[in-house]
Amino acid sequence: MSTETPTVATRAVAARGRPRRTQLSEGARAERRLGWLLCAPAVIVMIAVTAYPVGYAIYLSLQRYNLELPTAIKFVGLSNYGAVLASSYWWHALEVTVIITIFSVAISLVLGMLLALLMHRTLFGRGTVRTAALIPYGIVTVAAAYGWQYAWTPGQGYLSAAFNYSAPLTSEVKAIAVIIVAEIWKTTPFIGLLLLAGLSLVPDDLQRAAKVDGATAWQRFMRITLPLMKPAILVALLFRTLDSFRIFDNIYILTGGNNGTGSVSILGYDNLFNALNLGIGSAISILIFIGVAIIAVVFIKGFGTAAPGTDLRKR
Amino acid sequence: MAAVTTTARQKAGWTTANLVVIALALIPVLWLVSLSFKTPTAVVDPSFLPKQWTWSNYFGSTGILRTSQFIRPLINSIGIGLIATLIAVVLASMAAYAIARLQFPGKGVLIGMALLIAMFPQISLVTPMFSIERAIGLFNTWPGLIIPYVAFGLPLGIYTLSAFFREIPWELEKAAKVDGATPFQAFTKVIAPLAAPGMVTTAILVFLFCWNEFLFAISLTSTIASRTAPASIAYFSGSSQFTVPTGPIAAAAVVITIPIIIFVVFFQRRIVAGLTSGAVKG
Repeated sequence: MSTETPTVATRAVAARGRPRRTQLSEGARAERRLGWLLCAPAVIVMIAVTAYPVGYAIYLSLQRYNLELPTAIKFVGLSNYGAVLASSYWWHALEVTVIITIFSVAISLVLGMLLALLMHRTLFGRGTVRTAALIPYGIVTVAAAYGWQYAWTPGQGYLSAAFNYSAPLTSEVKAIAVIIVAEIWKTTPFIGLLLLAGLSLVPDDLQRAAKVDGATAWQRFMRITLPLMKPAILVALLFRTLDSFRIFDNIYILTGGNNGTGSVSILGYDNLFNALNLGIGSAISILIFIGVAIIAVVFIKGFGTAAPGTDLRKR
Repeated sequence: MAAVTTTARQKAGWTTANLVVIALALIPVLWLVSLSFKTPTAVVDPSFLPKQWTWSNYFGSTGILRTSQFIRPLINSIGIGLIATLIAVVLASMAAYAIARLQFPGKGVLIGMALLIAMFPQISLVTPMFSIERAIGLFNTWPGLIIPYVAFGLPLGIYTLSAFFREIPWELEKAAKVDGATPFQAFTKVIAPLAAPGMVTTAILVFLFCWNEFLFAISLTSTIASRTAPASIAYFSGSSQFTVPTGPIAAAAVVITIPIIIFVVFFQRRIVAGLTSGAVKG
C-alpha cells in the first residue's frame, strides 16, 4: 500500500530519464536480464518472509483458531476483527501506543536537533561525542531496558533513590513516562545523526549572508536552517514514528505490559503466546499493519516526505 | 581582547554541552556495569557504585559465563548474526549493484518493496511465522531466525549499498568492459573491491540489527538450542521464584553490550556514514 507512491513515481522518472530506448539492443537486453538475475534472490527472500506470511495472517484472522481448541477451527469471517475492535483492551493499547509515539518522537526530535547542532558546531571532541552518542543507538534495547528497570526499582536503583524511593513502574502514567524516557534515550542519537547529515547540506554562505544582514542566531535557525532541513527532518520523523508505533522490547522488559502499559504489539504477542489465540492474534497483527500503512501514507502523501531511496530515482 | 574572552567562553560552553551529552549517553550503561559488579546481597543497595566489587556474577558458581543457559544463547547470537549478515550482504550487494548500475524495468518495484519491508511491523509476522515455522519444522532452529533476519536486513543493506555503489567511478567498470570483461566479471573484479568499505559498513549495521533483535528471538524459539542472548536474559531465573537474578542479568547485559562498544569505537565513522547514506540525501 505505502509503496505505491515511490513505485509509480520511480517508474515515471525512470521512463522519462531514458526516452530514446525504444528498441532494445543486445547489450540492453543482457543488462536487463542481469539486473533481474541479481535482484531475484533478494526479492524471493523478501516475498517469502513477508508477503506470504501476511497473506497467511489474513487467512488466519478470518478463522476461529485457538491452539488449545484445535478441533474448533472454523471460518468466522470478520468476527475476529469485530471482537478486537469492540474490545476495550485494543483501544487502550492503541491509546498507550499513540501516546508513547507522540511524546517519544516529539521530544527526541527536539533533543536530536540540539544534538545535531552540537555535533555540527562543536570543534572539540566531536569524535568522542559521536562515539558516545552511538552507544545508546547500538546497545541492545533489552540490555538497556533492564538497566532502566533496576534503576527505577525502589531500594535497588539510583534513580528511584534520587526521586524519594518512588516506584514509577507500578503506576500506569509513571510507567509510561519511564518507557518514554527509555525510548528517548535510545533513539535521540539516531535522529541526531540523520539531522546532522541534513545540517551539513545547509550552505555556510547563506548563514553568513544572513548574519551580515543582521539576522539573529534564532532567526537564522528558523528561516534558513529549518526550511532547508525539512526533507531530512521528515525522513527522520517517518522512520521514528513507524519504529515507535511498533514498540515492544522496552515495554516487555520494563513492565511486561502490566498496569495498562501494553502497546498494540504487546497485545498481539499476548494473544498469541498467552491466550494461544491465532485468530484474534492475527486480526490484531493485520490491524497494526494497517495502522503502519496509514502512518506511512500520511507522511509520504500528506507531508510530502521523500521516501527513503528517493535519491535513487535521480540517477 | 574581547574576541579572546568570547572564544574562551564559547569553548567552555561547547565543552560543557559535550560533557553533558557524553554523560547522558554513558550513565545508563555505567549503571549496568556497576550492577553487574555488585554482590548478590548488595541488590538492596541503591548507590550508583558497588561498595564491594565482585566478579561472581560473571565467573562465580552461578555466574553467567559458567552456565549453558547463557553461553549457548551467546553462541547462537554470534552464529545466527554472522550467517544472516553474510547472506543479507551478499544478496543486498547483488541487488544494490543492479539498482545503482543497470537499467531494467521493475527497479522501482524492488525499491518500493524494500521500503515496505523496512517499515513493516514485525509483530504482524510473528503470528503467521510462528504457525508456518511449526508446520515446516523451522521453529526453534537457527534457520528459523536467520531467514527473517535476512529479510529484514535486506532493505537496510540494499539502501546503504546502493548509496555506496553510486559513489564508485563508472569509468573503471567501462574500462574493464572495454578490456573484455563480462558484466559479471566487471562486478567481481572491479566494483566489488572498490565496494568493500561500503559492504563492511552494511555488514556492521545488519549485524547490529540481528544482535539487537528481540521479538522474533522470543517468539520463534522455545529452548536454548536457538534462543539468542537478548531473549535468553528474559528467561533467567533466580534461585527461588521470588528472587530476581539482578546481578547475572546485569552481567549478561554488559556482555552483549561489549561487541557494540567495540564496533562503535572502531567503526564510528563507518556506522555514521552507513546510517545516513541510505536515508538522507537531498
